[in-house]
Amino acid sequence: MRLVAGRLLSLLPVLFGMCVLSFGLLALVPGDPVSAMLGLEADPASIAILRARYALDQPLPVRFLAWFGHVLTGDLGRSIQTGRSVLSMIGDALVPTLQLGAAAMVVSLLIALPAGIIAASRRNGPADMVASVIALCGLSLPSFWLGILLILGLSIAVPLLPSSGYAPFLSQPGAAFAHLVLPALTLGAAMAAATMRMTRSAMIEVLSADYIRTARAKGAPPRRVVWRHALRNALLPVVTLVGLQMGQLLGGVVITESVFSWPGVGKLTVDAIFARDYPVVQGSILVTATLFVLINLGTDLLYTALDPRLRGRR
Amino acid sequence: MTARDRLGIVILGLMLLAAAIGPALCPYDPAVPDFLATLAPPSTAHWLGTDDLGRDVLSRILAGGRVSLLVGVVSVAAAALVGAPLGLVSGFVGGWTDSVIMRCTDVLLAFPGLLLALAITAALGSSLPTTILAIAVVNLPVLARVARGQAMALRHMDYVVAERALGFGEWTILRRCVAPNALSPVIVQASLLLASSIITESYLSFLGLGVQPPMPSWGNMLHDAIGFLDQAVWLAWFPGLAIFATVLGFNLAGDTLRDRLDPRD
Repeated sequence: MRLVAGRLLSLLPVLFGMCVLSFGLLALVPGDPVSAMLGLEADPASIAILRARYALDQPLPVRFLAWFGHVLTGDLGRSIQTGRSVLSMIGDALVPTLQLGAAAMVVSLLIALPAGIIAASRRNGPADMVASVIALCGLSLPSFWLGILLILGLSIAVPLLPSSGYAPFLSQPGAAFAHLVLPALTLGAAMAAATMRMTRSAMIEVLSADYIRTARAKGAPPRRVVWRHALRNALLPVVTLVGLQMGQLLGGVVITESVFSWPGVGKLTVDAIFARDYPVVQGSILVTATLFVLINLGTDLLYTALDPRLRGRR
Repeated sequence: MTARDRLGIVILGLMLLAAAIGPALCPYDPAVPDFLATLAPPSTAHWLGTDDLGRDVLSRILAGGRVSLLVGVVSVAAAALVGAPLGLVSGFVGGWTDSVIMRCTDVLLAFPGLLLALAITAALGSSLPTTILAIAVVNLPVLARVARGQAMALRHMDYVVAERALGFGEWTILRRCVAPNALSPVIVQASLLLASSIITESYLSFLGLGVQPPMPSWGNMLHDAIGFLDQAVWLAWFPGLAIFATVLGFNLAGDTLRDRLDPRD
C-alpha cells in the first residue's frame, strides 16, 4: 500500500504539469476563439458576452486557475460546436475506443505469443527467420497504410468487411463485429511486432536457464518444457511491454480511428481540432494523457506484484 | 557486417540518393496539375501513375521524400541539440536542477507522442516548421533521459574524480570528460528516433495537420489517396511503400549503429 500511495503521490506534479501544458498550448492558439466560434460577422455585444462566459477577458493565470478549479471538479467545459458537456462527449467516445483497444490487444497477443514462442523454441531455424523478418517489417509498417491496404483487400477487392463506421455491440452484435475486424487488425498488427520480438528474446533467455535444463534432463516432454516451465517466467517482461502498449494504444487509436471513421476519442480529438472546438481538444487531450499515465502506473505496479524479487526489495 | 546491416545501408542509401537528386531528374513538376492526365495508371509516361489532379506520382514521391527526410533529420537534430545538453546537466549536477528538468520531461513523456504532436500543431497551426517543432518536442525528453542516465553513470568514474582533484571546474569536466563519453547512446537513440519521426510526420500529414498541400509529403499523398481507393490503387501503394522502405532502412541502420556504438549491447 505504501508503494502504491508513493507512486500516486509522485504522479501529482506530473498531472499538474499536464494540466498546465494542456491549458497553455491552447492558450497559444493564434486569434480569438470567440471570433472563430461566432464568425467574422458577429456583433461586438455577443462577442463580449461569450468572452466573459469563457473568462477570455481575464489575464492568463486567472483563466488557468478558473479552468483548473473546474477540472478538479470534473467539469471540462462545454463544446463550442455542440454545446454538450465535454466530459460526456469524451465518455461516449471512450466506449468505442476501449472496444477497439481491447480487440486490438487480443489480435496482437494471438499473433505475437505463438509466433514468439515458436521462433524461440526453433531458434535460428526457418520459422525463426520468417517470424523475425515479419516482425521487423511490422515495426516499419505505418499502421494507417496497413489499414488502407486492408480496406483495399477486404473491402474493395473482395467486399467482405465494411471499410468504415461503427455499430454498437449490444444492439447489433454481428454488424459491430464486422466493423471492428479491420481497425482491430490494423492496430493489433502494429503492436504484435514488438510483442513478438519481446516474447522471443524472453523465451530464449529462459530456455537457456538451468531449471529448464533440469526439466529436460528429468525427461519432461519438449512441449511441456516450453509451454509450462518456460512460458510462465518469460511472460514477465512481455506483461510489462503489453501494459506499456495499452498506454501507447491511446495515441495509436488517433490514426486508426481516422482511417476507419471509428467514433472514438482519437477521432473526436482530430475532428475538434479541425472545428476549432478548443474545450473538446483540451479535454480529450487531458483525459487521454491522464489515462496514459494511469495505465503506465498500473503496469509498473503489476510488474512489481508479479515479480517476487521486486517485492522482496521493497 | 551482416547481410541485415548491408540491407539497411543499401535501402537507406537509395532513399537518401533519391531524395537528394531525384527531384532534379524528374521530368514533371510535382505541384503542377495536368487535367488531361488525371488518375492515369502507371505507364511509360508516368511510371507510378498520376493523381486526381494529373500530377505525376513518382515526382511527388521524390519531392515528398525530401520533405519527410528533412522533417525527420531536423526534428531529431533539434531534439538532440536541446535534449542532450539538458540531460547531461541534469544528470551531472543533480539536486534541484535534476528534479526540475526531469519533472518537465516527465510531463512531456506523460502524453502519448502522437497526441502531444497533435496538440502542438493544433495550437500553433499546421505547417512544415510546426511539424518539425512538434516532433522535436516529442523526441526531446527521450534524448534528455538517455543523456542524463549516461551523465549519472559517468560522474563518479575515476577519471572524473581525478579531473576534480586536479582542480578543474564542474563545467569544464562536464564539457571535456562527461559529454564526449556520454554521446554514443544518445547518437544510437537519435538514429532509432529518425524512423519514428518519419512515421509521426506521415501520421500528422495524413491527418491534415502536418505538411500542407501543395507541398507533397508521403502522409498527405496517402490522405489524398483515401478518396480514390476504388479507382486508383497506385495512389495508396507507392507513397506507403516509400514510407515503409525508408523506415525499414532507418530501423536496420539504427540497429547496426547500436550494435557498434552501444557498449551495453
